[in-house]
Amino acid sequence: MIFLTRRATFSASHYYWNDTWPAEKNQQVFGRCANRNGHGHNYTLEVTVAGEPDAVTGFVVDLKWLKDVIDREVMAAYDHRHLNLEVPEFASINPTTENIAIAAWRRLQPAVTAAGGARLSRVRVYETPDIFAEYRGEA
Amino acid sequence: MKAYFGRRYMLSASHRLHSDALSAEENQATYGKCNNPYGHGHNYVVEVLVGGNVAPETGMVLDLVAMDEVVRTRVLQRFDHTNLNQDPLFTSQVPTTENLCRAVFDLLKDELPAGQLDYVRVEETENNFFQCYAAGAESSGR
Repeated sequence: MIFLTRRATFSASHYYWNDTWPAEKNQQVFGRCANRNGHGHNYTLEVTVAGEPDAVTGFVVDLKWLKDVIDREVMAAYDHRHLNLEVPEFASINPTTENIAIAAWRRLQPAVTAAGGARLSRVRVYETPDIFAEYRGEA
Repeated sequence: MKAYFGRRYMLSASHRLHSDALSAEENQATYGKCNNPYGHGHNYVVEVLVGGNVAPETGMVLDLVAMDEVVRTRVLQRFDHTNLNQDPLFTSQVPTTENLCRAVFDLLKDELPAGQLDYVRVEETENNFFQCYAAGAESSGR
């Protein structure tokens, strides 16, 4: 089994807020991340697929194909957007790094599964070089 | 929904690789310049990955500030700007980065919510690093 990872970067803004809480609690729990005008990051997305190299091509998947899937399913929706205000899955949940990893997985999995061969193994999202979250498809 | 959250920390420390069980010549042959008598130092990167349910009300696996506090008090304050050989943990074992990695894992595992610590990775330089997983986690398909 080979694990193949493709990296992509996007820049987006977000804030953290729970509408069911009073403003004070939002400030207390989320701190500066609760600033309602938002702030931004240069995110790095790492998409890992797992499979056996094809006997003819030697590829687990074609990297150009994987790049196109990432661009179409994730970059087109997230890059240079306000995640809370412009991306539907974050209309009612916080675009935390954890939730972005889960959401990116959900966007990518149908295309990876439909292609056959490799399976989606891991999605990791770096919010900064030192802070990241990942999702492995677990319930 | 189970997700993972990771954070990278830095600490600077010195060490000397030397085993009392080996002769001077054997130490030199085994550890090379890492056996030089007065030690040397590294900027270590400690990467900590924790796994758990994403809380619906916050969207988070755990409180980052609480995790920072655990790592700061248990690991960074203990090792940053120290000579690792002087630490009680390394009086009877060599402060290789393998052993440092396991030591950091053991220092953190009981201070974080039960079962949350997935791995500790210690990067000694940009070109070498070591990981210590919770039992069985290394077979989880990464």
